Amino acid sequence: MAEIVSLAEAVESAIHDGDTVAMEGFTHLIPHAAGHEVIRQRRRDLTLVRMTPDVIYDQMIGAGCARKLVFSWGGNPGVGSLHRFRDAVQHSWPCPLELEEHSHAGMANRYVAGASGLPFAVLRGYSGTSLVLHTPNIAEIACPFTGETLTAVAALRPDVTVIHAQRADRAGNVQFWGITGVQKEAVLAARRSVVTVEEIVDVLDPRPGAVVLPSWTVGYVALVPGGAHPSYALGYSSRDNDFYVAWDPISRDRGRFSQWLDEHVFRADEGQPDPALSGGGGAR
Amino acid sequence: MTAGYTADEMMAVTAARALSDGMTCFVGIGLPSEAANLAKATHAPGLVLIYESGTIGAKPGALPLSIGDGILAETADTVVSVPEIFNYWLQPGRIDVGFLGAAQIDKFANINTTVIGQDYADPKVRLPGAGGAPEIAASCRQVVVVVRQSLRAFVERVDFVTSVGFGDGPGCRERLGLTGAGPRKIITDLGVLEPDPLTFELTLTGVCPGVSVLDVQAVTGWDLSVSASLRELPPPAAAELAALRALRAATPVTEGAM
Repeated sequence: MAEIVSLAEAVESAIHDGDTVAMEGFTHLIPHAAGHEVIRQRRRDLTLVRMTPDVIYDQMIGAGCARKLVFSWGGNPGVGSLHRFRDAVQHSWPCPLELEEHSHAGMANRYVAGASGLPFAVLRGYSGTSLVLHTPNIAEIACPFTGETLTAVAALRPDVTVIHAQRADRAGNVQFWGITGVQKEAVLAARRSVVTVEEIVDVLDPRPGAVVLPSWTVGYVALVPGGAHPSYALGYSSRDNDFYVAWDPISRDRGRFSQWLDEHVFRADEGQPDPALSGGGGAR
Repeated sequence: MTAGYTADEMMAVTAARALSDGMTCFVGIGLPSEAANLAKATHAPGLVLIYESGTIGAKPGALPLSIGDGILAETADTVVSVPEIFNYWLQPGRIDVGFLGAAQIDKFANINTTVIGQDYADPKVRLPGAGGAPEIAASCRQVVVVVRQSLRAFVERVDFVTSVGFGDGPGCRERLGLTGAGPRKIITDLGVLEPDPLTFELTLTGVCPGVSVLDVQAVTGWDLSVSASLRELPPPAAAELAALRALRAATPVTEGAM
């Protein structure tokens, strides 16, 4: 059964130095507040896994939490590059960053294999790309029935998966809807999990298209309203597009980034998003 | 500009015209998304827009900044998970056209969005990476690429093959087992390039009004062949320009983006 705890307690219990950590949410429901808590607790040597390591991992990489990144698209969506990510890859600042690089289809299938308890997944993908030359977790495989050559990708089994959801009930059952991404697979593939939620309610009434993770599949649930900002939670907040644009100049400069981190992460209290960053929030 | 429209507007209109009503279109963010939404707002109201976030049949009405903006989910016919969009929808070849951007593209229409420079471990420029593009380029029935023409972008051979166009030439897609037909049109701010039916090398088939063949060759990094049936592309119609500008005006963030 999921334990309902504070975000700080959840991160302290679930995430340790050297862990492989997946924080998922495909543009929608990105667990930014949890990322900030990991930075505040100064976790180190993490292998960070995420299909789209956008601003959340740019911040964690810049803060020195990561040793390795497993990913398929590392940009600031609609804006451009991730400058902390680039600085780590090109100049090893603040520390070297090892890369393991995939396509979205490959990453999605790696989570599916992990959730399914299989060692690998099969897809039509990667053929003829340079990715196969640089990524050891991709291999050719012959179909045992037709002989067709297909691609196998190794299962992802994170130590911890962290997601943000709209709601949980008091028993720790979790519900999220809208763009649900790969979060269900990522939680089921992981040994431990942390879910931050906008709201804890008495009863989870059904929602069209909602994914429900029963309490017994979840490790920790923490109430963090606005915890996806600058991403959004459908029905609760809007995507703060201005923040993504504003992030570009902040992240280009090491000094400006470090100052931002001091002001908005290290000095901000957990569960109390900095008002300067909060995009309104509250159910609508 | 004396023509009454910009080169970027011309490019968006030309790209939109590559899409027909009723097609299903897997849309990349940026220039492709703008053109696809323009097509839907003008001659192709029945165009089905599919974004890799799992939103099928999205009708955003304004340009989304990301492939996962709330407006895409709220207006979609259905929203599916990310494994499902790639496995059930893209992989079996259900989707007519993949609409992609590129950082680098070569004469066989291979696309690089990963690294600039020969050394992957120590790149000159680290780019965002693959995203959904490799499988979009492999599995959509055909691919259209929208990219501004420059010597930096149009190279003899890409530094890194993120998404396969025609590999090293004739027969390559078949050898690799890629099910779609590959790139049919590369639409730029200067004209249109299409693969030669025999050599699969990209060839200039259309130029924008006021643009010469030499203008295009000067910003192409290989010896660009010109099609015998080269034509001047028709300029944007007033209705197309009005629709494009209305789309841009309805878009919340443009300052600093892209």
